[in-house]
Amino acid sequence: MNPSLLPLGDLSRALDRGEARPSAVLEECLSRTARLDGKVHAFLRLTEGQARAAARASDERRARKEPLSPLDGVPVGLKDLFCQEGVETTAGSRILEGYHPPYDATVVRKLREAGAVLVGKLNMDEFAMGSSTENSAYGPTRNPWDLERTPGGSSGGSAAAVAARFVPGTLGTDTGGSIRQPAALVGCVGMKPTYGRVSRYGVVAFASSLDQVGPFAQDVRGVALLLRAIAGRDPNDQTSSLRPVPDYDADLEKPVGGLTIGVPKEYFGEGLDPAVEKSVRTGIAALEREGCTVKAISLPNSPHAIATYYLVATAEASSNLARYDGIRYGQRAPARGSLLDLYEKTRAAGFGAEVKRRILLGTYALSAGYYDAYYLRAQKVRALIRRDFDQAFAAGVDAVVSPTSPWAAFRLGEKVDDPLAMYLNDIYTVPVNLAGLPGISVPSGFTQAGLPIGMQLIGRPFEEGTLLRLARAAERALALPRRLPPLLERT
Amino acid sequence: MAIDRNTVRHVARLARLALTSEEEERTAAQLGHVLEYIERLGSVDIAGVEPLSFAGDASEAEAVMRDDAVRPSLPREKVLAEAPEQDGSAFVVPRILE
Repeated sequence: MNPSLLPLGDLSRALDRGEARPSAVLEECLSRTARLDGKVHAFLRLTEGQARAAARASDERRARKEPLSPLDGVPVGLKDLFCQEGVETTAGSRILEGYHPPYDATVVRKLREAGAVLVGKLNMDEFAMGSSTENSAYGPTRNPWDLERTPGGSSGGSAAAVAARFVPGTLGTDTGGSIRQPAALVGCVGMKPTYGRVSRYGVVAFASSLDQVGPFAQDVRGVALLLRAIAGRDPNDQTSSLRPVPDYDADLEKPVGGLTIGVPKEYFGEGLDPAVEKSVRTGIAALEREGCTVKAISLPNSPHAIATYYLVATAEASSNLARYDGIRYGQRAPARGSLLDLYEKTRAAGFGAEVKRRILLGTYALSAGYYDAYYLRAQKVRALIRRDFDQAFAAGVDAVVSPTSPWAAFRLGEKVDDPLAMYLNDIYTVPVNLAGLPGISVPSGFTQAGLPIGMQLIGRPFEEGTLLRLARAAERALALPRRLPPLLERT
Repeated sequence: MAIDRNTVRHVARLARLALTSEEEERTAAQLGHVLEYIERLGSVDIAGVEPLSFAGDASEAEAVMRDDAVRPSLPREKVLAEAPEQDGSAFVVPRILE
């Protein structure tokens, strides 16, 4: 098989064995992207020159057969909210058009140090606010499985680039499901680590108590390798955890017999597409065959998660996005009046409709007279949502299993005019961010129309290793046929 | 919960966002719709519950204080190069004092 089509974990082995050369893999990736990204629009920009230089350097290291990181020579794409020194970083917004960060995000530095080949910046909903990539100021990304449909969001470009085999691995961010939902909708693996597992330094902020960086790949092993490379303590992010980072890959094939998975009844109720439910039940049965005990559980506060999320996330966003004022970086609107006039016009011209909506909702929720009724109340319900999970884990559940998204990929334009319908995409993923827990989406099958379906696993804090093992067990037991999106079959 | 256009105008001013009158109208309708959904939190029993604002490991938070040591910051010229208007040593803004 053409090494550039291999899942990241397999590509890494092929590179180790000298069966693939980084420069050759990169050229394949770039040429596939050049041929097909006009249809998908996963990338906002490519950094071909830097990528070729990095691949050549890796060729030399690989040729010397030095002991290397498993990512050495692996092409990786970045969601366009990771600061990369000298490379335009827009977060999908007009307000940051032309912004060239003067420094690297910690995860970008870590990927470079691991020898990964950084290929370009990927499309996203503006400031990561959205579930379809339709809120990008630079046009939507399309789902490689059906170009009339969304790849999900907000990390839609990161997901689509992996599904279309433009690159074997990408990074995204997940504030309410922005890695797991698009991974499910394009049929790849995507993980949101525990809050604090990965540094957020140099990552454009949306909601700081919820945001977390995580990887996408076609296979669980690829996600494990990427996570190990980016995780860990960073003195530049005071919320990053001091806990050592385990070698996730080493334990990946360990049996999962004896682990207990909890199936929450609230995640299999009204609104769930029957085809998605059926597929996720197959995934649960596969884990049972691997020796897991399946236990019915209840997370009674889950129905409050979306409302809680849209208060906490918008309140934090309204504060985080105050920095876009047209003074220090990004765009400034022509305004000849007062400073206030300059702020208001710059922000009016620079932000898109959904971002404005969320800033206004967050500002409203924090404004005098409403703080207790909205923001404070939401934080108390948030505590109850976390308590539900804590109780399930205390009762012996090792991981909670659910659908990732209530439905498969929907049509572009289908939900874009109804904010609330769009928000319901995240019904199964937002509780995980509110509770700060790790979550992973792994493919569980396809709809009759051939659209991918994902299953979500949620774990105890810092138990990414257990989640990856369970996801790997599901991947192994389900043994889904390695289908390529129709887009690739035609070429 | 209905939101009137005056409230939208007030909040937009707090958020430093200029809205067109069409945007004001649309925002009033859409925010009202979302707030109506959010009102459901009013029925949750939160008596005695401590708010959760930090979902990380609070026990670590104490241990991660760094020394208050002087460190180099980003080079001034690289930072200023990203500003819409600057004079080589500072950001340029409209006059704020008459």
